[in-house]
Amino acid sequence: MQSIRKKILPDVFLTHYPATKFKNSLLSIQLVFPLDAAFASANALFPAVLRRGTARYTDMRSISSALDALYGASIAYTVRKKGENQCVGFVGSFIDDAFTLGGERLLEPVAKLMGEILLDPVVREGCFLSEYAAGEKENLADAIRSVINDKREYADMRLLQEMCKGERYAVDRLGDEESLSRLDARTLYAHYQKAIASARVEVFYCGSADISRVEDALEAALSGLPRGSVIAPAVAVRRAVRETPLHVTEAMDVTQGKLSMGFRCTSEDTAAMTLCNTMFGGSSNSKLFLNVREKLSLCYFASSIYHRAKNIVTLSSGIEFENYQLAFDEIMEQLGAMRRGEWEDWELDGARSTIMTAYKTMDDSISRTEEFHLGAVATDLPDTPDELMRKIAEVTPERIRAAAESIQLDSVYFLTGKEGADE
Amino acid sequence: MNKTYYPRLDETVLRETLPNGLRLCIVPKPQHVKKYAFFAAHYGGMDVRFSLDGEKFDTPAGIAHYLEHKMFDTEEGNALQELAKNGAEPNAFTSNEITAYYFDCTEHFEENLRILLSFVSVPYFTAESVEKERGIIGQEIRMVEDNPEWQVYEQMMQLLYKEHPARIPVAGSVESIADITPELLYACHKAFYAPGNMVLCVVGDVNADRVREIAMEILPREQGASIEREHGVGETAEAAQAAQSRRMEVSMPQFLSGFKCEAPCKGEEMMRAVLIGDMACDVLLGDSSALYQRLYDAQLINGSFGASFDVLSGAAYLYAGGDSNDPQRVHDEILAEAARIAREGVDETLYQQTRRAGFGQSLRALNSFESIAVSLAEGTFRGFDPNRFPELYDSIEKADIEAFIRENIVAERAVLSVIEPKEDGE
Repeated sequence: MQSIRKKILPDVFLTHYPATKFKNSLLSIQLVFPLDAAFASANALFPAVLRRGTARYTDMRSISSALDALYGASIAYTVRKKGENQCVGFVGSFIDDAFTLGGERLLEPVAKLMGEILLDPVVREGCFLSEYAAGEKENLADAIRSVINDKREYADMRLLQEMCKGERYAVDRLGDEESLSRLDARTLYAHYQKAIASARVEVFYCGSADISRVEDALEAALSGLPRGSVIAPAVAVRRAVRETPLHVTEAMDVTQGKLSMGFRCTSEDTAAMTLCNTMFGGSSNSKLFLNVREKLSLCYFASSIYHRAKNIVTLSSGIEFENYQLAFDEIMEQLGAMRRGEWEDWELDGARSTIMTAYKTMDDSISRTEEFHLGAVATDLPDTPDELMRKIAEVTPERIRAAAESIQLDSVYFLTGKEGADE
Repeated sequence: MNKTYYPRLDETVLRETLPNGLRLCIVPKPQHVKKYAFFAAHYGGMDVRFSLDGEKFDTPAGIAHYLEHKMFDTEEGNALQELAKNGAEPNAFTSNEITAYYFDCTEHFEENLRILLSFVSVPYFTAESVEKERGIIGQEIRMVEDNPEWQVYEQMMQLLYKEHPARIPVAGSVESIADITPELLYACHKAFYAPGNMVLCVVGDVNADRVREIAMEILPREQGASIEREHGVGETAEAAQAAQSRRMEVSMPQFLSGFKCEAPCKGEEMMRAVLIGDMACDVLLGDSSALYQRLYDAQLINGSFGASFDVLSGAAYLYAGGDSNDPQRVHDEILAEAARIAREGVDETLYQQTRRAGFGQSLRALNSFESIAVSLAEGTFRGFDPNRFPELYDSIEKADIEAFIRENIVAERAVLSVIEPKEDGE
């Protein structure tokens, strides 16, 4: 599929991805902001308040009824972190016109409704309804606190907070409770007005409608979008690795320990880094899977992620508390093997074809394509899957070794059990 | 092969039952580069007690899942690596009723299919490899034990059912898997992995005749013996126990309200019952319902709230929940609203919109190769064609939804499962 990206309004870009093989179409409107601890909660909060009601549909139930009538279309608000940027907005999903009973068109009414949700909220005395703002503020506070319910996610978040303290990357996509607590309907409304005028906007459409139809629908839907001076998305900052790795241990009443480790990388050879990470811990044939799990039976999961925009690697594993040192040593030993170039041909071939398959099948999935596209435009890594495949194909074992040598341990976070607790 | 075209979905399915009893389904997707194969046994976490040719078996909880983990071992090594070398992404899951092995790939599809069919049909276990897996599965169980969403669900199942094996966690417990041996795994493989008890679904741009030939060549000739499963003998219509709460490291209470429903019969009636249950969920608890709006406005629920209707052999249950600071209040409100609907009926406009939305959502699910394969496999095991949902939606009337709610969403069938935060100092 060949996509087209074009400017439709000042700092508003439309990417059109034509496809006829899906049952549904997707329309995404995303505002891109540099991650900032001071505003992250406000940015996460206003889309939730917007989703509560518009001037035409003043509560969620009437929005839902309108969506039901559009064959169960959905419009979800999203808050995502892409590199050192926070992307907030709405993703609409609706069945392709080919399947409606009377041949009705759904793109236009869905785009219109998304535009209304973004730009025409229900207001009272020139600001958000206080009950909506207060309700969503409480919901967001609950969501921020609930990270603790998923211990793996919690450990990974704590690792980034400690490792990247003072950097944008340490800021959680939902922000923090403290800055959230300072917001009310009035201050949030003022923030929202400033935010929609100053954000880069990325619109993404995938479906069977041609580009002129999509442009017309979007120009109509976004005609009320205020445009002021627009803040460019942030480019992730690289920091040098700590001289001595930071170790943080916290205790909770849990039955399984969670080990998270963070590494800084200096190699700018992203294709080699991608392959290196897949071989190290990025697949079910990685060194971590085959050794920490299969050979030593230490865990059910042990996997690593390469954060391409930030050039760091993080890994996480769930282990028995007393196996901490054993697991830590084995992980470092496997990284050592990567640095020494100790792998068999099939490990490299397998990793390379795993990555190729992932890129090749990208446009068989609308949601993966949208996610990839947003990451590319928000982090200014504009390579298409085809270009990435070409680069991956060219990587040599020497380049992978060099990439592995640049991976240095920076921080370790361990969530352990409470002494004397049950079990 | 038998070809069916579904004009309202623009989908085609080729079907055939091979001489060895294997049910084969192929869904052509000429515009996609991804090719997907899904090989499933009608065997899951709730098939612990069964008879095979008259001989009775009582196996440990978690054995189907344990078997799934061990199937990847082959005499030559490990099938995961074989598939990965070809760039395929293999995986597997065990549910209450199904154990499935699958991969997706873009190249070497036929070679990958051969690997899949051989490793699943030829077991290879040693005492050592079975022992080694106990540590890995033990950590998988520990992970689930720390997961409040799983725990609130397991607790609900145990409140709903007294006898039915749906109450058994699919992975079992660290204790229940302690005595699993290679011999026991071989016996369960022999019982449940015979071609007559399996389905192969392939989705993508493949040569259907070649898929058929490969399946004929690699899989055993024999259908396998007939199995009788014990599912919920002596289970009553009422819930086993009304409520239970326990404490975990969570930020706020999580809950599920569960309702034990009349277990539907087999075949297309079962599928119709599933759609009726789904629509009842939407009408009573969905985003467009009066109750949802009221509970949300009152801050009693948030975006985590959701409802679902699940059907298993011999069991059906509707449940709803999420985070709430007052689970009991939400539970009572659900019962009160169900009673109101039972009395006054469902609003006609809401009903029509729900039906239209249900159709759109079912259609959208057909974008996922995995959900296409899972629903075809489930439909095959249960004796219905999942792609007939447009016709079945047409056959459902408002009165069906009202009758479902009137009968099932009542206090005697209701349970409340809660996970509460630890108190300070605990």
